[in-house]
Formats: sequence, C-alpha cells, structure tokens
Amino acid sequence: MTATPMVLSEGVHKSFGSLEVLKGIDLAVQPGEVCCLLGPSGSGKSTFLRCINHLEKINAGRLSVDGQLVGYRQQGDKLYELREKETAAARADIGMVFQRFNLFPHMTALGNVMEAPQKVKGLSKAEARDRGRALLERVGLSDKVDAYPAQLSGGQQQRVAIARALAMQPKLMLFDEPTSALDPELVGEVLDVMRGLAADGMTMVVVTHEMMFAKDVGDTAVFMDGGVVVERGNPREVLTNPQQERTRAFLGKVL
Amino acid sequence: MTAPERLVAVPVRHYGRYVGAVVVLVALGLLVRAFAQADLQWSLTKHFFTFHTIVAGAGRTLLISVLSQALGIVLGVVVAVMRQSGNPVTSGVGWLYVWLFRGTPVLLQLFLWYNLGLVFQTLSFPGLGSAQTADVMTPFLAALLGLGINEGAYMAEIVRAGIAAVDEGQTEAAQALGMSRGLTLRRIVLPQAMRVIIPPTGNEFINMLKTSSLAFAITYPELTLAARDIYTNNLKVFELLFAAAAWYLLMTTVFSIGQFYLERRFARGSSRSLPVTPIQRLRTLVGTGRQR
Repeated sequence: MTATPMVLSEGVHKSFGSLEVLKGIDLAVQPGEVCCLLGPSGSGKSTFLRCINHLEKINAGRLSVDGQLVGYRQQGDKLYELREKETAAARADIGMVFQRFNLFPHMTALGNVMEAPQKVKGLSKAEARDRGRALLERVGLSDKVDAYPAQLSGGQQQRVAIARALAMQPKLMLFDEPTSALDPELVGEVLDVMRGLAADGMTMVVVTHEMMFAKDVGDTAVFMDGGVVVERGNPREVLTNPQQERTRAFLGKVL
Repeated sequence: MTAPERLVAVPVRHYGRYVGAVVVLVALGLLVRAFAQADLQWSLTKHFFTFHTIVAGAGRTLLISVLSQALGIVLGVVVAVMRQSGNPVTSGVGWLYVWLFRGTPVLLQLFLWYNLGLVFQTLSFPGLGSAQTADVMTPFLAALLGLGINEGAYMAEIVRAGIAAVDEGQTEAAQALGMSRGLTLRRIVLPQAMRVIIPPTGNEFINMLKTSSLAFAITYPELTLAARDIYTNNLKVFELLFAAAAWYLLMTTVFSIGQFYLERRFARGSSRSLPVTPIQRLRTLVGTGRQR
C-alpha cells in the first residue's frame, strides 16, 4: 500500500476570464518530497502553486492535499464549497513563501512570526514567543528579532517569511519564486535555509529559476509550459538529459 | 597629495526676494496699524477670553467635536467595511448612506435631527419603554447625531481609501497563514491603512472643531453662540468674536501638534527611521540630544 500523496492533482484547469492558464495538470507529490516546478514565465507554475492553498479557485479537475480536497467537500457525488473558516483551517497547515516576501511591515520580525500561532492556533504569548525566537534562530536571524521588515535586507526578509510560515508547523511548504526578487549575492542565504528544511524531511513544492538548487535539492523536477506538464522526473535527468524538445529549448536559454 | 583648492564663487543675488519681502512687510504693517487705530478695545478681548461663559462654550465645542468625530470614525469604519462586503444589500446600504449624508448640507441635517419630534412624537425602545421625542432630542443630542452621522459619510470614504492602499499581498500572506477575513482586516489591513487614514482624519477633526459652530443654529451653547449671546447685549462684536477666534486657534494648534505625534507613531515599519520631533530637533540644536 502506498501512502496518501501530500499533493494530488488530477486534470486541474484554471482560467482567468477567457485566458486558460492551466490546461489539465496531473501531478503527485509524496510526503517528504521536494518538487521543483520549472518553466518559462506564463507557463502557469505560480498559478498552480496558488491553487494548492486555494488562493485561486480551480475550474475543473481534482486537487487534494493530504487526502483532503482543496476548497471543497465531497458528499456522495456532489461537491460543496467549503466555508471560509474551513478553508482557513486547511491553509493553516500549508506554509507559503512569496516572491515579494509580503511581511507585515507594522510588526517586528518576531511579531510577524508570532502573529498566526497566537491568533489562529491560540498559542499563549509566551509559547508563541519561544517558538518564534527558536525559528528566527534556525534561519540565522536571532539578532534581528526586534527589527522591522524595512530595516532588513531582502534575504533577511525572506528568511523571516520562511520562519513565519514554519511557525504554523505546516505539513507542506509552498515556495513561489522565493529568490527572484533578491540581489544575486543574497540568494544563497535563502537557498541554504531551504536546503536545511529539505534535509529535515519537509514536503516542499518550489517554483524556481534556480536550476542548481533544483538539481541539488529537488527529488523531482517538473517542467511546465503553456499550462501543461511537459516533462517530469529526476532533476539530474530532466536538467542534463531532457527528453522533450521544449525542455531542451528552455534549458538551452537559461543554463 | 595636497588638499583640493576650496571652490570660491559669488552666490547669485536674489534681488526679487528683497523686493517681495518689503512689499509683504509693508502690507502687513498697514494692516496691523489699521487694527491698532480701529475702534476696538483689546483689553475686552483679553477679558472675555477667560470669561466663564466663553470658556464653557469652548469646552462644549471641544466636547461635541470629540464625540461627533468619534461617532464619525466608528460609523466610517463600519460603512467602509460594509461597502467591501460581497453581500450586495450590505454594500448597497453603505453606498446609500454615503450618498445621502454627503450629498446634503450638514446644517440642514442638524435642523432635521432637532425637529425630529414634529414627525415622531414618541420614541420607543423595545424593552426599555418609550419617551417623548422633544424630551430626548436635546440640542446636544441633535448636534451629536447631526455632526457625527454626517462625518461618518466622509470618514467612510477616507477609511475605504486607506484599505485600498494596503498591498494585496498582505491579505494573501495573512490568508495563507490561515487567518480569517475578520482577523486579517483587524490585525493586518486596518493597522496599515491607519497610516493613510490618519492625516485626513486629523484634517476632518480640525474641520469639525469649526463646523461644530453650526450647532448654534439649534441653540447648542458652544463657543460661537456663547460669544454671540454676549455681544448682542454689550455690542462689542469684534472683541468677542476675536476672543472666540483665539480659542478656536488654540484648539486647532494643539490638535495639529497631537496629529504630528500620532502620524509618527503609525509610520512605524513604513520607513527606516522615524521623522524627528521638534523637541528632538531642538535638543540636537543645543547639543544635549542623545546620538540617534
């Protein structure tokens, strides 16, 4: 018997008005797997990632996380839309890291990390503070606990954002181009944190343009283009010996 | 290596500025001279500035302004949130409120509240009994409702603009953490919207201090009415109006200073360093300030 996949996507479609962005995505991510989504911009990688925690509603297909449908509940052969509270509860178990960090600028680094555990999970202030300090130490920012986001570099902000997501003790982490908004010299510190997470067995879906990271850390690489999965497999295979012409063309440009 | 030779140049002379300054100063001097020679007893203005009915009037002006502004802020936040609602009835009612109260003169609204007893003789509160409208609708209550509900319409627009100014990524980040819509609004969006909301709100309050003088029309004894009551007896019109004006200026000045500190508090996180306060600037100037 195989374990329930952490993410299971079957024929997922998503359109914005008349623009069809996802044209049937089939994908399974197993617990503990690091899955890197690669591909040109506009290929639907980020949209697919946002569908996984219901920031976008899918139009067709089935998408489930840890055996639970995303955004819906099935009774018999009818689908019921989940209530806001239920969707929020599902999201609480999925961490997300954004390209633009999206830290709360009116809170300190520690405040950012403490907010959700305290207000959503109901942790006491002391518990949330202990957890927050430990996580900021883990991402190497124990000296920036009281700094506001505007006082931090991009790399530091993104590390706080990762700590903020980890504070909810998620079973799945989604990364939406976490290093794309960073100066080249700051990319490494963020990737190091992610590498550590992967080593600890976190299930991760990472949209990225960092081919080296995908090769070193990824368990699977998924190449997307035009709203479909073009090729998937072991990252070394996909990146060094692509089978599809489209993948070859893309890698020829970026590597 | 020798130090570079210091650059010496004759600065541009701004002759136009000297001429402008002289013209303005002469005009100002003539104005002061005119008032100094006018048939005005300045000592009376000074006397009435601390006269008990004038001070009481200033107190009532302050009281009605603070309470009306508070009512306006509460209504403004509620209506702004209503207008964001996905429920078309809720958002429609919010729109109607703004349309109605922003679209009619506040003086007219004051008269309507004050004369409510003409169309509703009794007011009944379920579970609390009923009362004669004429007894309940005092000038104070009519002024509070008239000014506060009118202000709510303006505050609703200010709060709505503030909410719209917060980056959408903030809401997404909060949602991704499992925060509900209400929690996101209260903890993430509104605190950031405050930075945009506070400056125009300070403006609104300073306006309110002066607009509250309209309540004299429904016999609420605020500052302007207090001054008018006295000058209709002693005919010292300018002396009393100047005393009232001095009170208005004092109040608006004090609140402008308060606004500066309030804005500074809500600027936290939006800029790397907070603007220096005038006191800090003074300290650095005399050299006793701590190094920042």
